[in-house]
Amino acid sequence: MMALDIYARRRATNVVAMLLSGLAAAVGLAFLIWILWITVKNGLSAMDFKLFTKITAYADEGGLANAIVGSLIMDMIALAICAPVGVLAGTFLAEYANRTRLGAVIRFLNDILLSAPSIVLGLFVYVIIVLPMSNLTHGAVSFSGLAGAIALALIGLPVIVRTTDEMLQLVPGTLREAALSLGIPQWKLTVQVLMRAAVSGIVTGVLLALARLAGETAPLLFTAFGNNFMVANPLDKMASIPVAIYQYTNDPNPALHAIAWAGALLITLFVLLLSLSARWYLHRHQVTHD
Amino acid sequence: MTEGTTLLNPPPASAQTVAVTVAPPPKLTVRNLNFFYGDTQALKDIGLDIPEKRVTAIIGPSGCGKSTLLRVFNRIYAIYPNQRALGEAILDGENILDAGYPVHKLRSKIGMVFQKPVPFPMTIFENIAWGIRHHEKLSKSEMDGRVEQALRRAALWDEVKDKLKRSALGLSGGQQQRLCIARSVALKPEVLLLDEPTSALDPIATGRIEQLIEELKHDYTIVIVTHNMQQAARVSDRTAFMYLGELVEFDETEIIFTKPAKRQTEDYISGRFG
Amino acid sequence: MITQPHDHLVKSYDEEMSRLTGEIAAMGELAAKQLEGAMDALGKRDSKAAQRVADNDDAIDDQERRISGDVLRLIALRQPMARDLREVLAALRIASDIERIGDYATNVARRSMTLNLSAPVPLVGSLGPMARMACRQVRESMRAYVAQDTELAYSVWERDADLDALYTALFRELLTYMMEDQRSITACTHLLFIAKNIERIGDHATNIAENIWFVVRGETLNAPRARRDLTYDP
Repeated sequence: MMALDIYARRRATNVVAMLLSGLAAAVGLAFLIWILWITVKNGLSAMDFKLFTKITAYADEGGLANAIVGSLIMDMIALAICAPVGVLAGTFLAEYANRTRLGAVIRFLNDILLSAPSIVLGLFVYVIIVLPMSNLTHGAVSFSGLAGAIALALIGLPVIVRTTDEMLQLVPGTLREAALSLGIPQWKLTVQVLMRAAVSGIVTGVLLALARLAGETAPLLFTAFGNNFMVANPLDKMASIPVAIYQYTNDPNPALHAIAWAGALLITLFVLLLSLSARWYLHRHQVTHD
Repeated sequence: MTEGTTLLNPPPASAQTVAVTVAPPPKLTVRNLNFFYGDTQALKDIGLDIPEKRVTAIIGPSGCGKSTLLRVFNRIYAIYPNQRALGEAILDGENILDAGYPVHKLRSKIGMVFQKPVPFPMTIFENIAWGIRHHEKLSKSEMDGRVEQALRRAALWDEVKDKLKRSALGLSGGQQQRLCIARSVALKPEVLLLDEPTSALDPIATGRIEQLIEELKHDYTIVIVTHNMQQAARVSDRTAFMYLGELVEFDETEIIFTKPAKRQTEDYISGRFG
Repeated sequence: MITQPHDHLVKSYDEEMSRLTGEIAAMGELAAKQLEGAMDALGKRDSKAAQRVADNDDAIDDQERRISGDVLRLIALRQPMARDLREVLAALRIASDIERIGDYATNVARRSMTLNLSAPVPLVGSLGPMARMACRQVRESMRAYVAQDTELAYSVWERDADLDALYTALFRELLTYMMEDQRSITACTHLLFIAKNIERIGDHATNIAENIWFVVRGETLNAPRARRDLTYDP
């Protein structure tokens, strides 16, 4: 009878724990689905071909063409900056500074950068890029797509540093020892073995960084600023989808709100696509080391 | 009593030397070797002569320093900060622990095979060619020959000759380990260090590796660390027993496993409370 | 020098080893009893008792087979090393020595039955002390084996010379007797063989002592010793 009591109690505890954790998961999922539902519902109804042909305008005839182009240009420049720097820095951390004090300090600082409010990064770029460039142009405030891209790069950088570092550390140490014990130098080992073993993880990290920076608004407010004209020159003020959404929603015109929803849906789909392709890529190129 | 000897008065040493085999010259001479992980001393004043073209086994309980000792011999420990080796390990008249001794030269002379088979994420061919390429410039046909020779040496050629362009990760554990041996052998080393090379393998694959060790010892000086005492007994000519970072006993394998001189050795190999 | 080893980490190994030791000690005791029984039957000219002794030999043979089986299993399942290996090997050799001792005791019993077919021979009495000494050697060697006592084993080993001396004396005595009275030759020849059998029993006790030395010290006991059988001295 004693034993039965104990088992009954354990079963009851188990059921309670399962219910609580299930509930927590359900709450989280419910909000996610709710958000997606509202985005899709409102965005889909405003989805229109004009979105891709018309530029932003504060009238019923507005579109997002210049914002889409601006976002693409800035995201690509940001990626071109943060991907190589991030991969190299992550490699340095994992392969050259692992288990050293310097490595620990850099990792800590990178984590701070990872969790820094994005508006702070925007302000930082405003101070170090936008203001000095304004001095060159004799006082006119010199917002630019380039400054926006640099701010976005600062968002993506720590993500890439961290995933590269972690992915390289996942490569078993025995592989390093095996290569080094053949007299192979560290750089050759890193480039020809470790990178090869970790490439799927690193690519995934880069894609996730892109997904993260594509949705950012705050760092662009003081850097790229926004532009109601179609521009491709990165030294000019530049529109972007997140900023366009921000500006459209601040307008009293409900037709503009609808365009904002469509933009939100576009970004959501873009991020979803990136996440899915990252997953697909990781799955496809997974290398087991056992 | 016709002879002039009794139990208390043993015969002169010269009469006994007949039975003792002539020891080969040492390939690697270790003297006063001390090793530290940070502040922790892992090896204490180790001294031993590793005979040339013989198999030397190092046995002892976990944490006794046997793997550490092996890792000193090709300075693989040096890739980690805070690990230090002090003392002498003389290979062909030079102290390999001297900071001035070039590490890539050392590692081409002293190869190492690890506990877990670790093929590189490349083709079978590349796994072997990659290491060679770093040390020598060979033509395509020379390289093909070298790879084949190494695979044959590791008794793997017949199993992989039709799939040299396939990923090495597709091989079985035993094949992967023989590939790792082939990879080391391909560099034409003089000494081969084996760190528990069969602990992750099944008995058949283990048997193949042991047979391979038997064949390789005609050309290489082999040092093997193993947890499996029967394996040490089967494959080695001399056995070193280590305990708590010290070399307790080092003698002919036959003597270690039939009548060791030290009680610690006896207790360990016969599975007794020490 | 390792005299008493530590216990094994796997306790059942120690249990199996001590069971093996117990079996061998029992077998040794049985063999000593066989010799006593045979000598008793010889003295009393009791052919039935002698037959019982001879029949009993199967029990010793059975025990030897059992011990061989135990040794085989120990080697296969425990893979003994160093002293353990020597112990197991010695157990096998000692069991075989005891089995031979049993055979010699049976021989004595059979010859006593043949002797009973002819007239009594007076010299039978002088075999008694020799047989008692051989029995003592066997029992002492068993004691030394159980206690792994090299000193005791060494004393058994040394005392074999005394047994050999007794045999030599008896040999000369019997020879004289046969020359004096040719009718006693057949009976005396049987007595001579019995004496030789007892002397051989002593040799096997010595072998056992040497095995104990080997178990404990890992080396053979082969110091020179006074020559044993002087009957073939020129």
